[in-house]
Amino acid sequence: MEYTEKVMDHFANPRNVGTIENASGVGTVGNAQCGDIMKVYLKIEDNIVEDAKFKTFGCGAAVATSSMATELIIGKTIDEALKITNKTVMDALGGLPPVKVHCSCLAEEALHAALWDYAEKHGITIDGLKPPEEVEH
Amino acid sequence: MNTQKPFLYFDNAATTPLHPKALDAMLPYFTERYGNPSGIYSIGRDAKKAINQAREQVATAIGANPTEIFFTGSGTEANNWAIKGVLEASREKGSHIITTQIEHHAVIYVCEELEKQAKSGGKPVEVTYLPVDSQGFVSADDLAAAIRPDTVLISIMWANNEIGTIQPIAKFAEIAHKNGVIFHTDAVQAVGHIPVSVQDSPINLLTISGHKFGAPKGVGALYIRKGTKIAALLNGGAQERNRRAGTENVASIVGMGAALEISMTEQESEFVRLTEMRDNLIDRIKTAIPKVTLNGATGKNRLPNNVNFSFDYIEGESILLLLDMNNCCASSGSACSSASLEPSHVIMALGADHEQAHSSIRFSLGRLSTYEEIDALMAILPKFIEQLRAMSPLAE
Ligand SMILES: Cc1ncc(COP(=O)(O)O)c(C=O)c1O
Ligand SMILES: [Zn+2]
Repeated sequence: MEYTEKVMDHFANPRNVGTIENASGVGTVGNAQCGDIMKVYLKIEDNIVEDAKFKTFGCGAAVATSSMATELIIGKTIDEALKITNKTVMDALGGLPPVKVHCSCLAEEALHAALWDYAEKHGITIDGLKPPEEVEH
Repeated sequence: MNTQKPFLYFDNAATTPLHPKALDAMLPYFTERYGNPSGIYSIGRDAKKAINQAREQVATAIGANPTEIFFTGSGTEANNWAIKGVLEASREKGSHIITTQIEHHAVIYVCEELEKQAKSGGKPVEVTYLPVDSQGFVSADDLAAAIRPDTVLISIMWANNEIGTIQPIAKFAEIAHKNGVIFHTDAVQAVGHIPVSVQDSPINLLTISGHKFGAPKGVGALYIRKGTKIAALLNGGAQERNRRAGTENVASIVGMGAALEISMTEQESEFVRLTEMRDNLIDRIKTAIPKVTLNGATGKNRLPNNVNFSFDYIEGESILLLLDMNNCCASSGSACSSASLEPSHVIMALGADHEQAHSSIRFSLGRLSTYEEIDALMAILPKFIEQLRAMSPLAE
């Protein structure tokens, strides 16, 4: 199994690691059973994702996709943010080994979970957004 | 390239570098001494003689008779042979197998495959997987209680490849013998490294793999005590006295004999040297890094070359990647890339949670390991752990 240079770069020098105080939305997905847990923080103002941070427990692919996903979402409108899929993230990383595709799904789910949290907190509905699955602890 | 060490190698339980003297012994069998050992002519007889010399070297190492050593293509093959061969030869008595939850996949997956075949209409088999305690020990009482009138095989590994726990094998073999059950042990991680003898206890079958003690990969052996009923796994030519068909891997078998003989002469001193080095590494990791758990047993019940820690809050693969970027090789019980996503069944069997299993890292020492290597590891490991923990949502 081999990672692309891009993946290794985002793994070794992850962008946007950290938390956001009073975040507009926070999403946690994954579980310790499968080995990857991602927590994404979003700061949303005027329908724009102003900032994004993450914390991840996981493999190289999990860290790299978290890093790339936060990079991709910053500056996007909510509608644009919703269009970021695991495939977008994977493509931006130059691909992932087949056994690691599931890790990239978590990145998409984490973004959606954070957006869901934002919508709930602010009493709005975002078209096309489904509630995140329960996180096992 | 052979003499300098371009990287930090802490994965000797996965495989070891070929011993230079084993290579020397092997080389002629790739070139001028290419005869088929079954040949009646001189270069054939020559190859046959070389195999039988290796057979003696292997037999001597474990206190067996050379006629009880059968070469195979790997430790995996020897385990398959032991399990399937005994089951096949014991059908009249029954089809119950006892093994443990911490065996290598080369035992567990063999049993699971047999169970799967039985379920889909194949020959019957029932398998009991004995639990272990928090240090990885199987209980003699559990073993005795699991034996039934239809039990045909007990298979318990001598020493565990992930956590290094050494089982009281002689005691288990006695229990099996008293109950008239054939006893097999996967001694792949033990042979060459710690004293292993088939004279001290009634072991029927014992698995050896060459590449764990300086022999090449792809050669192993099964010790079969005289009188043990076992069917062949591979049918074909009359090699290995009709019990393991296939033209012998002459060069590798020669290499295995040579490497094991060398390992035996160095065993006592290496045992002392590596045990000290192991405990030094364990102490230094415990001192330098908070929130770590040593997986497995301590002291003389742990392989001298095995160190295995879980590092709270971080996933194993991410540690391995950072180490690899610094030319450091180790291995992990995490399983994000495995199809099942299940982390190490061994760490889980200790009663650990998934997080602990995913965060386990094994450092295994070997003949070429030095304190300089440990210093170099300790110069990078603590900061990598800190870096990853800063990124972990579990550390908040
Ligand atoms: C305990 C144990 N059993 C069996 C094997 C398999 O041996 P081989 O690699 O020769 O097939 C290994 C090594 O991978 C092992 O550590
Ligand atoms: Zn992963």
